[in-house]
Amino acid sequence: MTQGTRLVVDAVTMRFGGLTAVDGVSFTAEPGDITAVIGPNGAGKTTLFNCITGFYRASSGRIMLGETALHRLPGHRIALAGVARTFQNIRLFGGMTCLENLLVAQHRRLMAASWFGIGAVLGLSRYPAAEREAVERARAWLEATDLLDRADDAAGSLPYGAQRRLEIARAMCTGPRLLCLDEPAAGLNPRESAALSQLVRAIRDGTAAGADPCSVLLIEHDMGVVMGISDKIVVLDHGARIAMGTPAEIRADPNVIAAYLGEDEPA
Amino acid sequence: MAYALQQLVNGISLGMIYGLIAVGYTMVYGIVGMINFAHGDVFMVGAFVSLVGLLLLAGGIDGPAAILLVLVFAMGITAMYGLAVERIAYKPLRGSFRLAPLISAIGMSIVLQNYVQLAQGAREKPIDAIVTGSLTIFTGDAGFVVAVSWIQILIVITTLIVLAGFTVLVTRTPLGRAMRAVEQDRKMAGLLGVDTNRTISLAFLIGAALAAVAGFLFLLRYGVINFFIGFTAGVKAFTAAVLGGIGSLPGAVLGGLLIGLIETFWSAYFSIQYKDVAAFAILILVLIFLPTGLLGRQEVEKV
Amino acid sequence: MNGAALKDATLCAAVAAVLFVPVVGLRTAPGPTGPLRIEPHFGIVAVLVGLVLLGRLAIIAWQARRRPTAAETPRRVARVMARSGRYVAPALLALAVLLPFLPGTGRYELDLGILVLTYVMLGWGLNIVVGLAGLLDLGYVAFYAVGAYAYALLAQEFGLSFWVCLPLSGLIAGMWGVLLGFPVLRLRGDYLAIVTLGFGEIIRIVLLNWTNLTNGPNGIGGIPRPSFFGLPFSSGGEPGSFAHFFGIEPSPVQRVIFLYYLILALALLTNWVSIRLRRQPLGRAWEALREDEIAARALGINVRNTKLTAFALGATFGGFAGAFFATRQGFISPESFTFSESAIILAIVVLGGLGSQLGIAISALVMIGGFELFRGLDEWRMLVFGMAMVVIMVVKPRGLVGDRTPTIALGTRKAIGGGLVGQGQG
Repeated sequence: MTQGTRLVVDAVTMRFGGLTAVDGVSFTAEPGDITAVIGPNGAGKTTLFNCITGFYRASSGRIMLGETALHRLPGHRIALAGVARTFQNIRLFGGMTCLENLLVAQHRRLMAASWFGIGAVLGLSRYPAAEREAVERARAWLEATDLLDRADDAAGSLPYGAQRRLEIARAMCTGPRLLCLDEPAAGLNPRESAALSQLVRAIRDGTAAGADPCSVLLIEHDMGVVMGISDKIVVLDHGARIAMGTPAEIRADPNVIAAYLGEDEPA
Repeated sequence: MAYALQQLVNGISLGMIYGLIAVGYTMVYGIVGMINFAHGDVFMVGAFVSLVGLLLLAGGIDGPAAILLVLVFAMGITAMYGLAVERIAYKPLRGSFRLAPLISAIGMSIVLQNYVQLAQGAREKPIDAIVTGSLTIFTGDAGFVVAVSWIQILIVITTLIVLAGFTVLVTRTPLGRAMRAVEQDRKMAGLLGVDTNRTISLAFLIGAALAAVAGFLFLLRYGVINFFIGFTAGVKAFTAAVLGGIGSLPGAVLGGLLIGLIETFWSAYFSIQYKDVAAFAILILVLIFLPTGLLGRQEVEKV
Repeated sequence: MNGAALKDATLCAAVAAVLFVPVVGLRTAPGPTGPLRIEPHFGIVAVLVGLVLLGRLAIIAWQARRRPTAAETPRRVARVMARSGRYVAPALLALAVLLPFLPGTGRYELDLGILVLTYVMLGWGLNIVVGLAGLLDLGYVAFYAVGAYAYALLAQEFGLSFWVCLPLSGLIAGMWGVLLGFPVLRLRGDYLAIVTLGFGEIIRIVLLNWTNLTNGPNGIGGIPRPSFFGLPFSSGGEPGSFAHFFGIEPSPVQRVIFLYYLILALALLTNWVSIRLRRQPLGRAWEALREDEIAARALGINVRNTKLTAFALGATFGGFAGAFFATRQGFISPESFTFSESAIILAIVVLGGLGSQLGIAISALVMIGGFELFRGLDEWRMLVFGMAMVVIMVVKPRGLVGDRTPTIALGTRKAIGGGLVGQGQG
């Protein structure tokens, strides 16, 4: 049984003008793992993330998801290749309901079923079945993220923690092989953080909402969350990888301690 | 060659007028983030007030004193118009949805046009040339004379003086600092004690005064105005602002000059009917390759 | 009424006096010898200043009276609106269908109905672009013009019938939509607005100057009138005409009624397609783009193609409306396709409420129908029109119907307050 797909980040460099935000970073996110990328502020985590999810084009290096070269794909194709993401500053479709948000995430599947819109307007028979299926998937994810009772409320009207969960549910509705979470625990209270950890584990193991197991790549500042759920941690500082290993290894790594506690700069 | 030089001179003086109007667009856009669609019509009001001023003085004072007096009169009254427009149509909508102030501005543009039409009549208003004569630069081959008319010189000098004063205002005074602060971050500027409402109102006031200068120069240069000149000039000036990079003050002047030159050269060498097509086509081309205009800040997509 | 209010109003009146004296009070007019001179009109200024004084006092009084209940009023109004809203749409539709047979409906009322419905259709067409996809299009009239000229030229040059020309005109306008959209749709916000405005102006200038094709400013006349599926309307009632075929008295009103139902059908088609698409993945993708383009891209939505479909579809409906306009008028010229036309259509959409089919229909009825009330005061009506735009925006910035209705629900559909709905960056 395949447990997701391997992500290989190979010597990725990203320059903005004279600034090198990510400098030759390599690592592998194994299938079925939760891989965390951590580092002090400005270490280049989000930039690396944006390269993987297609928002920036890496200046050099390769990013492979299984056999697919992500660094060659235009932005919207990344999602089709099986990479889903959330955003540091939540980006929901605020004026649409939770259910609608989750249906937009299933756009490609529904679009194909609706014969690119034309069939659906004319009321061809294949579309309603596809939509029912999509609604069922959405319902399952709403249930998994504890949002079922808010299904028909505008996403913009949800409290903060619920918006974070909805964003994860939306990403999962694309049916990804790799889920990229950009600081999912930011702004959550301890109880919500714990629930989040559980949800991310369930996503990895394929026990949430009946979906297939899915590898997870995670940027996070909350060390409690990171150390608790990560199978592997990659540490960045000043755009370069300074350490990689299991949570226990990372905790003991002198480089990491130096980067966080700082010899020449405050953490 | 001589012909081209003459077109250059004509293009620059036309471009200066566009530039003056464009500054008003770009300043308001930079600070409030809205297209002040009525700005072209404020320019038109400025031209009409100048006309009234000139006629009031006719027979009394003349010469440079009259010109200066009318200019100040037009700037004052038009600035009040700019302020009134802002108070009535935009201020209640501050912080509202993006399209509401735009529609309100289009409404205000319709109001101003028809108001002036009702008050002053729909006919064209011709006046006799006030500044006449020209300065011959040189006589080219085949006897073609390259000449700069005094009015063109007046336009260039007036524009440069006004823009210099304006630049000092924006870069060297507390008001200018407040304006730039509000442009960067309105909420933060407010928290730091900048009176944002007053600053925004002043931006409209200054923009309208500059438009009045443009209106006055337009009247002197072309000698005829009507209530509809605001639309065409406004669209061109807005195009200039976008071409230069909306929000950028030097960009507005540069864009104005470019639009003036493109229009003049196109009329001279290709076809006068399609001069507006040329201006728009170049705008579209520039935006396709430089999506934020020539001097606009490059937007980095923040994710 | 207190001192502060009086002071405020007096200040307003003083400002008004300064504003009105040079523009209204000193009217420039040609003197007996030719050159312009000044005619004083201070009486009017006095009246206007008085009106400003009283108006300002009235506004202050109104604001003071309504402030305590300001918080709850909108909600109460919204609830009443929501409850009555369910009946407004069917009532309007019934009125529209029955209008030609209502007592008191004559030629004038039908013509007005046709005019209003044309704008309803244009509003609904533009709504796809602005209201759903969130793309600010200031040059919508270009597609209206393309449709009208396409119809006129096809019908005249090739003698094609109305029912062939109509879809072709829509198709051609749609193709122009794609042609324009392709390079410019990556522009955002106001850059897109000015480029679409420029495109509208380019089309108008070309129509004005390409004399060989369009006959320039003189326009194209003698455009064939539509037939009733092959049966022409003629006043003689000869064999083969509409009246003869149905054995009724020929009357010029028959053609008007036919045109009325034609535009009603076209408008309803626009409405039907919009409503249907909104509940489909394509429509949801449009709305998602309006809400957050970056998030939509991350979900695998092809941003450019999705925008293009909205642009093309909006243009197609604009083209249909243009073809109808051409066949109804029998004459078209570039004068009918100026920027102010684009502005009016956009105003109808925004005033009605972005994305709201019902709001747009009401807004077209109020703005275009209301416009007709001032028919006698020709010079004043544009002024009043502009003022109405400003006042409606200031009072209801979200338009008449600002709420958004969800397209699907697990339980009951709850209207989403306008404050949460985005207006797009494109």
